[in-house]
Amino acid sequence: MPEPTKLRVNGTERSIEADPSASLLSVLRGPMGLTGTHFGCGANQCGACNVLIDGQAVAACDTPLWAAAGKDIVTVEGLGTPERPHALQRAFIAEQAAQCGYCLSGILISAAALLRRTPDPSEAQVRAALDRNLCRCGAHNRIVRAVLRAAKEGSKS
Amino acid sequence: MSAQLPPNLAANPRLSRWLRVSRDGFVELSPGKVELGQGIVTALAQIAADELDISLHRIRMVQVSTGSSPNEGTTSSSLSVEQSGSAVRYAAAQARSLYLEAAAQRLGVAPESLSVEDGTIAGPGNLRTSYWELADDNLLARDATPGVAAKAPAARRLAGTPAARLDLPDKVFGRPRFIHQLALPDMLHGRVLKPASPGAKLTSLDEAAARAIAGVIAVVRDGSFTGVVAETETAAEAGLAALRKGAAWGPGDALPDEANLSAWLKSQPAETTTVDERRAAAPAQVARTIRRQYSRPFIAHASMAPSCAVAQWTGADKVQVWSHCQGVYGLRIDLALALGLPQERIVVHHLEGAGCYGHNGADDVAFDAVLLARAAGGRPVRMQWSREDELAWSPMGAAMAVEIEADLDAQGEILCWRGEVWSNGHVSRAGRAPIPTVLAASHLAKPFERFIAFNPPMANGGGAERNAVPLYDLPALKVTCHRLLTMPIRTSALRTLGAYANVFAIESFMDELAAERGEDPLAFRLRHLKDARARAVLEAAAKRAGWGAWTKRDGVGHGIGFGRYKNFSTYCAVVAEVEGAAEIRVRRLVVAVDVGEVINPDGVANQMEGGAIQATSWTLKEAVRFDRVRITSDTWETYPILRFSEVPMVEVEIIARPEEKAIGAGEAAHGPTGAAIGNAVCNALGVRVRDLPITRERIIAAMA
Repeated sequence: MPEPTKLRVNGTERSIEADPSASLLSVLRGPMGLTGTHFGCGANQCGACNVLIDGQAVAACDTPLWAAAGKDIVTVEGLGTPERPHALQRAFIAEQAAQCGYCLSGILISAAALLRRTPDPSEAQVRAALDRNLCRCGAHNRIVRAVLRAAKEGSKS
Repeated sequence: MSAQLPPNLAANPRLSRWLRVSRDGFVELSPGKVELGQGIVTALAQIAADELDISLHRIRMVQVSTGSSPNEGTTSSSLSVEQSGSAVRYAAAQARSLYLEAAAQRLGVAPESLSVEDGTIAGPGNLRTSYWELADDNLLARDATPGVAAKAPAARRLAGTPAARLDLPDKVFGRPRFIHQLALPDMLHGRVLKPASPGAKLTSLDEAAARAIAGVIAVVRDGSFTGVVAETETAAEAGLAALRKGAAWGPGDALPDEANLSAWLKSQPAETTTVDERRAAAPAQVARTIRRQYSRPFIAHASMAPSCAVAQWTGADKVQVWSHCQGVYGLRIDLALALGLPQERIVVHHLEGAGCYGHNGADDVAFDAVLLARAAGGRPVRMQWSREDELAWSPMGAAMAVEIEADLDAQGEILCWRGEVWSNGHVSRAGRAPIPTVLAASHLAKPFERFIAFNPPMANGGGAERNAVPLYDLPALKVTCHRLLTMPIRTSALRTLGAYANVFAIESFMDELAAERGEDPLAFRLRHLKDARARAVLEAAAKRAGWGAWTKRDGVGHGIGFGRYKNFSTYCAVVAEVEGAAEIRVRRLVVAVDVGEVINPDGVANQMEGGAIQATSWTLKEAVRFDRVRITSDTWETYPILRFSEVPMVEVEIIARPEEKAIGAGEAAHGPTGAAIGNAVCNALGVRVRDLPITRERIIAAMA
């Protein structure tokens, strides 16, 4: 077995014994048991597996574990909890911004990355930030409204 | 009072199959319809809570499984609110009356003197009890009987009000909810190697390299079916790559020429039926005849999640399956046929998958999992398709050619309408045929014949011929359907079946006929429509979109489309506004809909918005691509769908009719939206594109 890979996941320092060339997605979903990040295409074309790596939204499916070493990773589970939800999670429920919801964890991550760099985005900026995230059910406009609501409510708190 | 039970309750009359009252203050609701991302579970919970007089949070939904759940067939055709909703409403109403009888007995008063408030039962004076105090499984261990009165629509408190989706909190917090998140103890991971092309046989397989990979437990082969089972997903992927290298395949079936799909459809052997025929009361003088041909390509489900299933053998002839299928009982029939096992040896549990728009790869991957799990020594195997598998090997929505011809009099009025449809069948679902239809059944060493898709009967809305008969008042018409008897590209149910293409064709043709007369398309439609509910959606959409006040500008256009889904279900009209030169952008869609009684207004709005946006994607972008050997559109780059920056603004107007039967919203928007966009493109650019999708290339070709 190679040296364990050290990284910080949802605020906790982790040391992972896994093949460093394995995808970050498989490590998160497998040994770490964080299944909220979803597999969609395996080729960085749909955004379903997006996670924050040092604050940037990155596809976990084509990120090898070694590339995440020493980095700060946040998955949808780390954004917030039912007790302490992220402004985005509150807003997505308030706007009923989903149909099937499979794309949501990646979209929440892309939106979180957007709000970090642009706390008060325009609608066009939200659409541009989510353009690499696919949604097949057609919940797009609800999702955009939810991100704008989160930005508005986030700035109040 | 109802003299008869709702059909799904009559078929599954035991009340305890549907409902259970718990001492802990909640009611377990166990319908046979499944959550496909459409929000049905929330609507059914609303209906039950309403009848029981409890708040929505007291409803707990029970997982759908063969054996325990009522058999409500497939969750499809926008029938769940209508079929399951009526059964749930009745079962809940009878459960309420049984509990009130028990309460009356305990309190020593007449049942009529009791009222229920969030499960607490109150009688004269301070008499009090509750469902929870009375909870007794024996009370519902009996068959439903006719004669119970459900609440009048006006007395319902939850139905008709927006309810938050019950499944959404789990999904925004990433908590396990999807089958893709199921983790059973000792679970292994499977991957299956798809044939090199449809119909290709595995001629030789070198398994050694796959077996040598650390973590690979087994290589499975049965004829042309082959796959690996491994301890981890990474090892399973490596095993699959090794298998692929070691496999040699023979030639497959020849696929049609994608550049000449309509000609191919018309040249195939087919079964021809007359869908409808109405003769004119008196013969009239035909001044001229106009004929147009429209078409749609094969369309992929393109679900966000590649299909996934888990299977576990618990003995030599007993297997348990977890699946995101549309019908647990149908899948069980197919698995039993394919495995040669009695159905009782198979248990199928439903777990949610990503949005499901018809018969996708869910059943196929379940059979893959079952075959692989045989080699797993009793451990569960999680089988996951790849994105490429999902886009290339799920059944496709069938390509269609639609020809319409109208005899006109000297004033351009329609004397006779003739429509003809050429298409593969639209259904090859599990559990409907005498042979299994799951993909790998035709790959086994003793292969099953590939099932040729059929069309459901017109009483159920038909398949290729769905909505091929215009709803307009016409003096004479004849509509014919040709179902192909060859099926080189596997087809089955995709949202709306034939309705999307037929409504696109009819509504495009109506605009062409209106243009021949120089008449406004809305006025032309209304002049041919007596049905008041049809007129109401058209007028509502037109009014909200400002149809009458439209001023023509360069490169901008508007168009209208209408359809009543299946000709007996939901009414929908759409006004589209588009802009562009060759590259079309849909700016705005105004949707008016009549689903009869509205259970969850936000659920209906969500379905209509989603349907309109998905139809925009189909109409502007989507076509399954293939060469003469294989499907080539197997990534999001080769099968692009509409993105956030391309999505139009969508406004939905619901015409509530509480006195009418509640009907489904899931498939009503697609045809009218596609037609409205096509008509708007013609309005903007002056050219008509009759072959879907309306791409830059098609527009340039139409301009030439």
